[in-house]
Amino acid sequence: MYSEKVMEHFANPRNVGELETANAVGEVGNAKCGDIMKIYMKIENDIITDVSFKTFGCGAAVATSSMATELVKGKTLKEALNITNKAVTEALDGLPNEKIHCSVLAEQAIRAAITDYYKQQGNDPLPLVGCDLDCEGCGGH
Amino acid sequence: MEKLVYLDNAATTRVSKAALDAMLPFLGDSYGNPSSIYSVGRDAKAAIENARGIVAAAIGAQAGEIFFTGSGTEANNWALKSAVALRKDKGNHIITSAIEHPAVLKTAEYLQTQGCEVTYLGVDKFGQISLSELENAIREDTVLISIMTANNEIGTILPISEISKIAKARDVLLHTDAVQAAGSIPIDVAEMGVDMLTLSGHKLGAPKGVGVLFKKKNLKLLPPLIHGGGQEHGARSGTENVAGIAGLAAALNYRVSQLPQTKLAAKRDRLVAELLKIPRSALTGDPVNRLPGIASFVFEAIEGESMLLMLDHFGICGSSGSACSSGSLDPSHVLLAIGLPHEVAHGSLRLSLSEDTTDEEIDFVVEKLTGVVAKLRKMSPVWDGE
Ligand SMILES: Cc1ncc(COP(=O)(O)O)c(C=O)c1O
Repeated sequence: MYSEKVMEHFANPRNVGELETANAVGEVGNAKCGDIMKIYMKIENDIITDVSFKTFGCGAAVATSSMATELVKGKTLKEALNITNKAVTEALDGLPNEKIHCSVLAEQAIRAAITDYYKQQGNDPLPLVGCDLDCEGCGGH
Repeated sequence: MEKLVYLDNAATTRVSKAALDAMLPFLGDSYGNPSSIYSVGRDAKAAIENARGIVAAAIGAQAGEIFFTGSGTEANNWALKSAVALRKDKGNHIITSAIEHPAVLKTAEYLQTQGCEVTYLGVDKFGQISLSELENAIREDTVLISIMTANNEIGTILPISEISKIAKARDVLLHTDAVQAAGSIPIDVAEMGVDMLTLSGHKLGAPKGVGVLFKKKNLKLLPPLIHGGGQEHGARSGTENVAGIAGLAAALNYRVSQLPQTKLAAKRDRLVAELLKIPRSALTGDPVNRLPGIASFVFEAIEGESMLLMLDHFGICGSSGSACSSGSLDPSHVLLAIGLPHEVAHGSLRLSLSEDTTDEEIDFVVEKLTGVVAKLRKMSPVWDGE
């Protein structure tokens, strides 16, 4: 049911763990729904210089987290905000239909981390991130 | 991949040698239609009647009380739907439990759309219903109680003969889904006091796609679910799955000859004891009244499907009631019914052993699973242990 790419990222997740040097953290999902993604970023001059994740969830949740960290690494915040769940899915050579929500979660996790960063900088994240991150409940699934 | 360590015998089993030997003639030279009058047809017919006798003997029934079906699911559907039809003059209320297999629960839900009322009895943390609650749930218009003999996810064995006393006292029919129990613990329909009982071949060493509904003799002929050429005394049409039926009988007979499954239970106990050494792990289901082959757990802060995928990497087959493994939003209804919070139920794992499971396999699984749990917890944002 999973592509080889998904399985490969699941078996060897990139950038896993807590990032000591992180200055932004985003967490989305909830344990009740069975998936939580936490993305740690080190952002310097609007560039994501380092990134890592921790995920509670299924194989697709782990693989999309791993892929999301790869996609944002080295990118500017603007570029990172342009990464859609579709891009994450495509980079993994597709996901089963019932797992698309994992890629949505990955997109939201990136946004949540960047929101955290903007807030710390004293900026209003809403116009910049453009999403109110409705990550409560299982509605997003 | 390395050798397969198959610990998902509650999902399905390998066809046993006894079953295969009994089936092969009907996949070869004895290919006749059991309804035909010439010899290959008569051979097939004789094989079915022989199988009927074997199944009857294995569960303490009479041959005329055994009806072959296309699956356990079909037998459950048939039992519920016909009880309602047979007793429609008495009422249309059914009592079942919250931990039944979907083959019962979905049928009950369907019957609700047809005007039936259904009471779903809750269970305690071990998966046991309360007998007094059952008693109180019975009404004037109650026609059927359907409670499983043993649960497929947590292995809990329910006290069917106690339930039967209550049902009999109130003149309510009793059906039990014995799909998981048959071949693992003794089944005697008289001792259990049931009016109907469901079996499935593929859970006990026969192939998939063959089941049995036992119906007590004094109960009127069940209204057919499947209409046609009048096979199975007119109760279940369709040219019989001769090989499957012969296989089911031989498989059941073999499994019954191996009871009690003391060695299997000892292996299960060792697996449970070893795995409970993992911090913040717990056994699900009844620790005492439980099927000899089923070990079921929850591991906090990790998710079941991830566990299964990592175990699969080592050639280990198990199953989980997490939402992701079931393809739905909620974890299994059984785990929620025994009171587990959603987030804990997501971390469930069922390992179901067979008599072929070796000590080496158990050691291997303990070693690998301990590593898998640690690895997943290390990447889990909700794990706060070390
Ligand atoms: C308790 C129980 N009842 C019924 C069934 C359905 O049996 P079958 O797969 O033969 O339809 C199963 C197995 O999936 C089961 O475990």
